[in-house]
Amino acid sequence: MSVAATARTQFMTNLRFRPALVLGLLIVVFWVFVALTIDLWAVYDPLKIVGRKLQAPSLSHWLGTDALGRDVLIRTLYGVRYSLAVSVVVVVCSVAIGSLVGAVAGFFGGWIDSVLMRIVDITLAFPPVLLAMAVAASLGPGLQNAAIAVIVVWWPVYARLMRGQVLDVISRDHIEAARAGGASSWRLLTKHILPLSWTPTIISATMDFGQVVLLAASLSFIGLGAQPPAPEWGAMISDGAAQFYSWWVAFGPGMGILTLGLGFNFIGDALRDILDPREH
Amino acid sequence: MAGTTPLLEVRDLRVTFRNGVEIVRGVNFRTEAGKVLGIVGESGSGKSITMRAVMGLPPAGAKVSGSIRLHGEELVGASERRMRALRGSKIGLIFQDPMTALNPVITVGKLIAEAVRLHNPGMPASKAWQRAIELLELVAVPQPEVRANQYVHEFSGGMRQRAMIAMAVANNPDILIADEPTTALDVTVQAQILDVLKGLRDKLSMGLILITHDLGVVAGSADDVIVMYAGKIMESGKVRDIFYHTRHPYTRGLLSCLPTITGATSRLEPIPGSPPLLSARPQGCPFHPRCPMAREVCRAEEPVLRPVDNVLTACHFAEELRAEDSGRPNARAELA
Repeated sequence: MSVAATARTQFMTNLRFRPALVLGLLIVVFWVFVALTIDLWAVYDPLKIVGRKLQAPSLSHWLGTDALGRDVLIRTLYGVRYSLAVSVVVVVCSVAIGSLVGAVAGFFGGWIDSVLMRIVDITLAFPPVLLAMAVAASLGPGLQNAAIAVIVVWWPVYARLMRGQVLDVISRDHIEAARAGGASSWRLLTKHILPLSWTPTIISATMDFGQVVLLAASLSFIGLGAQPPAPEWGAMISDGAAQFYSWWVAFGPGMGILTLGLGFNFIGDALRDILDPREH
Repeated sequence: MAGTTPLLEVRDLRVTFRNGVEIVRGVNFRTEAGKVLGIVGESGSGKSITMRAVMGLPPAGAKVSGSIRLHGEELVGASERRMRALRGSKIGLIFQDPMTALNPVITVGKLIAEAVRLHNPGMPASKAWQRAIELLELVAVPQPEVRANQYVHEFSGGMRQRAMIAMAVANNPDILIADEPTTALDVTVQAQILDVLKGLRDKLSMGLILITHDLGVVAGSADDVIVMYAGKIMESGKVRDIFYHTRHPYTRGLLSCLPTITGATSRLEPIPGSPPLLSARPQGCPFHPRCPMAREVCRAEEPVLRPVDNVLTACHFAEELRAEDSGRPNARAELA
């Protein structure tokens, strides 16, 4: 059997024996579907006042209305767009920046390595939420700035991960062999080292989607992320916290963060089990 | 070959680590196209480092001095760009362990085709692939078309080493350096690999440098032999002269470690002790603490390489060894 076919069979087997992975995929696919199609079937406008304020859940407003009288369910469903967009942008940018820095540091070593890794150390020495707050506050409120703030906090993790992996791979004989074959540094890095160094980054990135959703929501919660009236989950929970006895106001976005975070974590966990040979 | 430029000529090569320890201390040799040069020595004798220096790949931070000339072109101090162009095209390198020296995530055919295209950027991929299959055929891999599509883990040890060799000779190098090419293989496969290497030397008329600690490998394959110890050449000469008429107690010690095939049940005689630490080499002759012939002068004075009979040797008492020339049944058995 060819390698590709074996891999495909293996993938199906993995699905069958990993209910958590299936559940995670279902959740994430559901939210992605919502994010892409909500405009077509939303019965209310998320920004318009559609009824009495702070109505309890009912048949016409499944999750009630918020302090201004907007439908919580529809706002929650719209909210996934912000969370997904932020998490994708943040993770992709963090992986790109972090992996580049880590790969360069690990590959070239010496003073380049020292300088880059000290920057990483310094960044990681701050509590992440605090640093993100400081960056977001200095850039001014707004979802875009919140995303930048989270990237600033997040990339060093990938830099360390990639550096460690590159250091491991670079010491293998076949890298030396490729060098002895006349390969340039760039070629060694892109063709021989990086393809063998991605696995931990992929696993970590999948897990981090959930974390980033949470951190971005936290920034919005304290007013540094998405601004009213945007239906962003963190901002909505913040509204809900002010209306403590109308539990449904925070319930919708809370469940949104919970399920999306859980979905990403399930997938990440399963990926780690499948991809990391040390776990077997 | 007087008058012509030798294929590879190394003069007074020294490799110094960043901490000041000299690992290769003034090595001289030359080799010609179509010849096999065997470099023998224990671990840490500097034989591999010497070859890394020739490739322009010394250990990180190490300083190389002296002269390395390939076709008369000086390689010490040559630009990285120039060395990159030479590596893999004019000089090929084979590693000890083909298990780890081949990229596990690329098919063997692609690996070889990449090696070809690296030095022929204009060549279309299909042609490079064709060449890869030819190369696999050249190193006697059966069913090369099938094998080219497989990954390294689908190859056996001997097949892997063949693939490694195919990669190293992909661009018809003038010189092929094999660093312990058979050490990781079992004995029957060793012989096949050596045959492949010798066959290639003839077909491609290249110079072959065989680094090994196995005198049996050298006896069966090499034309010339260099024996290294503690970063220096202890003895060098034609393979027959070294095996039959060694003028150095270290070489003699190595030869007595060889088992014989003639059935004599004499004990193998190991050389007592172990090679000196790089950082704490003894005064005088580096071999004297382990040498059965060591005398006062050996402790005080480091012998220089000098011609004695047909070999070059670095021993104060080389002439005394001439008297013992008679019985070397072990070596003779190996050569037969």
